[in-house]
Amino acid sequence: MSFQVSKSNGVVAVDVDGQLIVGNRQELKQKVLDELEGGERKFMIDFANTGYIDSSGLGVLVSLSKKIREQNGELRLANLNEDLRTLFELTKLDTLFNIADSRDQALASF
Amino acid sequence: MSFLDRSGGPAPAAPEPEEFALELPSDLRHIESVVAYLENRLRELEYGGPRLTLNFRVGMCEALANAMIYGNGRDATKRVRVSVTLDRARVSLMVSDEGAGFDPDCVPDPTAPANRERTGGRGIFLLRKLMDEVEYNACGNAVRLVLNREGPVRSRASGE
Repeated sequence: MSFQVSKSNGVVAVDVDGQLIVGNRQELKQKVLDELEGGERKFMIDFANTGYIDSSGLGVLVSLSKKIREQNGELRLANLNEDLRTLFELTKLDTLFNIADSRDQALASF
Repeated sequence: MSFLDRSGGPAPAAPEPEEFALELPSDLRHIESVVAYLENRLRELEYGGPRLTLNFRVGMCEALANAMIYGNGRDATKRVRVSVTLDRARVSLMVSDEGAGFDPDCVPDPTAPANRERTGGRGIFLLRKLMDEVEYNACGNAVRLVLNREGPVRSRASGE
């Protein structure tokens, strides 16, 4: 599992490969916070290659969403598969996040 | 599967459920590999789809994390024990820790609007949503989980 960070057109894109769970969530959090502290304000997290997310992973996304918003930034989530969509809906986090069907759609929405 | 190979004879009796136990230190880095191991065992018994990839994987992850974090206080010298009974119909797991336990009913609803932006508090909720049976022992340091291979999927259309 890994988190790949790339930047283009003023958007920081993070690809989540594998799981986003209690054992690795801090790594994602730190990577995004480092970019936020470096002045970046537009973030997209792409779950196209993600297996599963647990409650700790969801918690980190909630935390990042708040921190980005506090800095007048924006966060988009993209490419949630059916399992992840279900997870977000069960927890009602689909109401909290801006979720795009595709990476292109997420990037175009900034 | 071995029990399907007894062709030619009378119909075989349903195989006995398989039982085994795992014991691991309270190190969060072990969770992914334990979930993957159990997932593969279930795939061998033709478990699949969202009940495996969502319900089982996330539910199991929550149970192990709760045992390590809240039960054993992240003390790596304390163990988490997972007793597994599985067959083609269901998997039953007892996840126990060395902690003092807790009251699983004292967990606020994380989907309530006032709680939705909280960063924690979704673990027990998800466990109960994703597993078919969730039963804590009296003091709350062991939980019995059951997931049936077949059953309703928590589909997005179901409104769950």
